[in-house]
Amino acid sequence: MGNGYVVPAIVAVTLVTVGIGFYGLRLARTTSDFLVASRAVSPTWNAAAIGGEYLSAASFLGVAGLILKYGVDVLWYPVGFAAGYLALLLFVAAPLRRSGAFTLPDFCEVRLGSRRLRKLATVFVIFIGWLYLVPQLQGAGLTLATVAGSPYPVGALLVAVVVTANVALGGMRAITFVQAFQYWLKLTALAVPAIFLALQWQADARPAVTPPDGPAFRTATTVVVEHRATLTLPGGDTREVRPGDRLEFAAGDPVPEVSGAATAATDWLLPDTAGDDDRGLFATYSLILATFLGTMGLPHVLVRFYTNPDGAAARRTTLVVLALVGVFYLLPTIYGVLGRIYTPQLLVTGQTDAVVVLLPGAALGDGTIGRLLAALVAAGAFAAFLSTSSGLLTSVAGVISTDVLGRGSVRGFRLATVIAGGVPAVLALNVSGLDVSQVVGLAFAVAASSFCPLLVLGIWWRGLTDLGAAAGVLVGGGAAIGAVLLTVLGPPLSGWPATLTTQPAAWTVPLAFTVMVAVSMATRRRLPRDVGVTMLRLHTPETLRL
Amino acid sequence: MTGAEEQDVPGRPDRAAPVPAPRAPQPPRRTRVVLAEVSRPRSRAERTRSELTQQTRVGETLVQGLMRAQLSLALRLSLLVLIGLGGLPWLFAIAPSVGRVTLLGVNLPWLLLGVAAFPFLIGVGWAYVRLAERNEQDFTDLVQRPER
Repeated sequence: MGNGYVVPAIVAVTLVTVGIGFYGLRLARTTSDFLVASRAVSPTWNAAAIGGEYLSAASFLGVAGLILKYGVDVLWYPVGFAAGYLALLLFVAAPLRRSGAFTLPDFCEVRLGSRRLRKLATVFVIFIGWLYLVPQLQGAGLTLATVAGSPYPVGALLVAVVVTANVALGGMRAITFVQAFQYWLKLTALAVPAIFLALQWQADARPAVTPPDGPAFRTATTVVVEHRATLTLPGGDTREVRPGDRLEFAAGDPVPEVSGAATAATDWLLPDTAGDDDRGLFATYSLILATFLGTMGLPHVLVRFYTNPDGAAARRTTLVVLALVGVFYLLPTIYGVLGRIYTPQLLVTGQTDAVVVLLPGAALGDGTIGRLLAALVAAGAFAAFLSTSSGLLTSVAGVISTDVLGRGSVRGFRLATVIAGGVPAVLALNVSGLDVSQVVGLAFAVAASSFCPLLVLGIWWRGLTDLGAAAGVLVGGGAAIGAVLLTVLGPPLSGWPATLTTQPAAWTVPLAFTVMVAVSMATRRRLPRDVGVTMLRLHTPETLRL
Repeated sequence: MTGAEEQDVPGRPDRAAPVPAPRAPQPPRRTRVVLAEVSRPRSRAERTRSELTQQTRVGETLVQGLMRAQLSLALRLSLLVLIGLGGLPWLFAIAPSVGRVTLLGVNLPWLLLGVAAFPFLIGVGWAYVRLAERNEQDFTDLVQRPER
């Protein structure tokens, strides 16, 4: 609070984003310029842009927050977010580029020649896009509220307006430069403070991350309660707290255990064991499946592949992305771990998503360096919101303009952008209670249960038919969407029903594959006639046929 | 691109012979932007297609061989990841003592998941790119020298 550098840093990031957008605008002239950046984007830029687009609020803020709260078991989030690119590389990258499809609906039509399947894919692209956009806008609202004390809607609307205007006016060519710039900004914004934090930890004589008595407050801290919760005090007593309660802790006081969080040192430090129960293991494998297979079905990731000149370049670009993303994901763990020492109050408030933004100030003090680093981190967080929402908006708007409005014109694309940005902005203002990382995880689960089987079977299995694909997407993706809606809107569940709906991928992904294969085999007469030609195009190197 | 524009540029040395008006340029086939209107096969595409169908017997077997090679490569590497990474939760669950092993003061699961997983994934990806390109090279050689 009261950090004079934060607001200028956020304004600077926003202005640079808009500035590069307008620089790119001078280059964007025709519809194809707008949508595929004329395929004049170099592989290094393209890889940095994919990385910049991919590292969202969930990666920048959410992962560290989850690690602070739950410990070693959630390290699967960053591993899975990175491994998703390996699955994309192994099964999809080169053939998808060779198919010439620009969006997922295009792929449906190229491979299976069905307009109906195309419409179905359009619905799923829009749903996943919006499901992913809402938490980005929310993250912006919460971050600005945390660091600058503004009301929640300001941050959400700011990002929505900037991104919509930028995409509508500049198209993807501008976005490529913006995204590439933002990858490096995000990496710097986490890496530089991390170095200072590690040095500070050394200077403080390496305080233990998991002291035997549980985490303790280092300084006198006042916590204001915002949600109902049950606190377990170290003596074993429990206490109900209500919104508005003020809790005072002196330096050295132990941190009470909040219902749901893994405060106890061993829970946090050690992985789930068989003795606990099977649900933890099921949830872990479900998460692994969703993140490994979901990445290839995210609409804003696939669009990028068209900007590669050929299949081999698409593979190399994906490998560079994997490396860039892997380097980035080394950092959030450091924040989550040091957060146990320097910002334990977040375990009580439950606002663990704020750990990345608050940690530099808390660990390094109120001096100039602490404030500058806090501002740098806030700027990086805004870069995350801006870049991911730009990419999502571009792809959702592209699909709306071509498949819903049915026009390929630049004006149509601009109109579609306003529609695509307006809906999640309204949603973000009305649902402020959702958990950022959880919603993003659900988006991965939906993508993994709908587009992943469609792509993998479409590329590698000649026997896929349009009816089979549609049935698989409807059943698998529909089940995942049902689980999402039940989690977000439904009554609180416990036990197995809760595990099956909050981490649905472990049953919806196999379901989608099974239905897709079974229905395709039953409708073998509908095999597309040109399947041999399509396969030839998907799998043979371009050099042969030019 | 038109002749008129070129003449407007002052100071440009005259070419030896005036360039004849270019014939209608062939649209480069692979740079088409595929949007809502996925292009219907045109007469030019028709010709390419007939070339391909001539190859069908040989070509189809060749393509199937390439697909099989690429798919089995991808599946073998996925299996490596499945065992290397996917086995970890199970290992931690059945052998809790593994989680208590510390290296340099850090518990093993933190090192494996927080650090070692990323170079492992990148290494697998690197190997895939190399091997997949080799498969394609083999295929190209095979097609370009059919007598062998």
